[in-house]
Amino acid sequence: MRREGSPWQGLGAVVLKELADNLSSARMRVLEWLIVLTAFAALYGAIGQLRDTTAEDPFLLLRLFTVSRSPLPSFVAILGFLIPLMAIGLGFDTINGEYNRRTLSRILAQPIYRDALMMGKFLAGLATLAVSLTCMWLLVLGLALLFLGVPPGGEEIARSLVFLIVAIVYGGVWLALAMLLSVIFRSPATAALVALGIWLLLTLIWPMLSPAIASVIAPPDIRYEALGLPTPETLEWQQMLARLSPNNLFGEAMLAVLSPTTRALGAVFIDQLQGAILGAPLPFGQSLLIAWPQIVGLIAATIMLFVAAYIVFQRQEIRA
Amino acid sequence: MGTVITAHGLTKRYGSATVVAGIDFAVDKGETFGLLGPNGSGKTTTILMMLGLTERSAGSVDVLGQDPMRSPLSVKRRVGYLPDSIGFYDNLTAVENLAYTARLMGIGSAERRERIAKALARVRLSDVAEKRVGTFSHGMRQRLGLAEIIMKRAEIAILDEPTSGLDPQSTADFLDLIRELRGEGVTVLLSSHLLDQVQRVCDRVALFQSGRIVLMGSVAELARKVLGAGFVVEVEAEGTDLERKLAAVPGVTAVETVAPDRYRLTADRDVRPGAARAVVVAAGSLKRLSVDEPSLEAIYARCFQPAAKEEMPDAA
Repeated sequence: MRREGSPWQGLGAVVLKELADNLSSARMRVLEWLIVLTAFAALYGAIGQLRDTTAEDPFLLLRLFTVSRSPLPSFVAILGFLIPLMAIGLGFDTINGEYNRRTLSRILAQPIYRDALMMGKFLAGLATLAVSLTCMWLLVLGLALLFLGVPPGGEEIARSLVFLIVAIVYGGVWLALAMLLSVIFRSPATAALVALGIWLLLTLIWPMLSPAIASVIAPPDIRYEALGLPTPETLEWQQMLARLSPNNLFGEAMLAVLSPTTRALGAVFIDQLQGAILGAPLPFGQSLLIAWPQIVGLIAATIMLFVAAYIVFQRQEIRA
Repeated sequence: MGTVITAHGLTKRYGSATVVAGIDFAVDKGETFGLLGPNGSGKTTTILMMLGLTERSAGSVDVLGQDPMRSPLSVKRRVGYLPDSIGFYDNLTAVENLAYTARLMGIGSAERRERIAKALARVRLSDVAEKRVGTFSHGMRQRLGLAEIIMKRAEIAILDEPTSGLDPQSTADFLDLIRELRGEGVTVLLSSHLLDQVQRVCDRVALFQSGRIVLMGSVAELARKVLGAGFVVEVEAEGTDLERKLAAVPGVTAVETVAPDRYRLTADRDVRPGAARAVVVAAGSLKRLSVDEPSLEAIYARCFQPAAKEEMPDAA
């Protein structure tokens, strides 16, 4: 049976209300401090390093994001860990929180579809993430100007903007996952624990596990091993498996965009490098092209997880 | 006048369990209709199907001329719903909570403010309008829920167990508010298992039992149907041989001595004048003369007793 009326009815009201809730909530305070502290910590390391080594690098600003000085990882690596935490923190109790406050049936008795509630909550979460990440981005740019004293070029700005957008999309993947779990589990604590479990699995354990699984699927060739080289098939499998983790996709996309010298994200044969001037930066468009599959992968993962959450929510009984 | 809600063969199945088993009923405009029955007898499911919040398995419902499954938005725009355990956003004030609902309905900001203020005044929450709902008592939350329905200007108000867990004073206040609503021509559907309240406000009731409506009609009609003919008059009087003399009063079918000097008469009409005369003629002193109104409680007890007995072995 077809239903009548627009699924967007009430969407604006939901977005505004959720956004106001998110921005005024205590967890937002925590996120803000987390962002400021990470930005400072990562930049402190990177700026020290940059002063020591490269003074004539044409992409000095971009180095800020990728350079690391032990024991601190690079800014991008920290974000790879931090963004999922932020998104899970924003999303783990979206639907089951309403349910537990017993507001769900009252809100759904208003003239809106469930679509509007779901979409509104997702958009509000994404907007909150976008605001935080944009703040962080501006903070980094500002600090770079202060400490390095070098104004950023147009291409650097463009590349770092791509970085910002990809970071928001990456946050969207985790937000959609957290919302899916918040629909499935009636208890916010369970949803949060499962989300954190998946986060640990994908960011820490999966990178260690994927080579092992790859070598089981495609055992390394002895001839390559004798030469001390990795077997191409194994390497390919390993890479494909690793890319199941959004963390890996984010890392690869960032590598391509923020390090202009990156020419490929997979294994490269020597003959493919013929005629290439190693160390020469690629134009912006070409770097973007390298990162494009990863970016599309992240967007697709977001949409798939959101659709899954949407379907489960539509079929759910709302009664207490 | 006219019918605002009609249900035909309304059925809801979860897997093999049938929660609502083909019920038929109709509610007239402006009437207060009681859904009565033990917990789990299908009242809430019926309500959710009327609002299009749960898909029905079979049958049809028509609310204000529309199918709640096909056009849930226009049905929900005109119907107010107070869920059995109502929740509000505790960190927001009463006004903010209602404003959110008003925005979801698409009411403009100037009208929103006016409607909210009026609704809060109606349920006597004006002085706590700017307080956070987290500080509200259970009774205040229920009244705020009713304010939401008033603000919506709903034509039908569906109240699911609105007075459960309220203290007697709050309950009385709440029932007064329901009566006020009815006075404005709002059709009220009241679900409850608290019989005396339903009896106090409802024009007609439907008795639910394991997903079916076993009885439907006004309380007086049900009493006649279930309890059989009759008035029960209690006489408390001192005198000699009263039992025989009371039995001789025209209309009395049986006399029962409940206690010394207390007699219960079963009659086919109101026999109080006759009974009083009989006592006085017998030179007795009349202390009390009362007639038992047919109570929903008695109907309910009579109606559900056999079922309860059948279920006993299962429970053990």
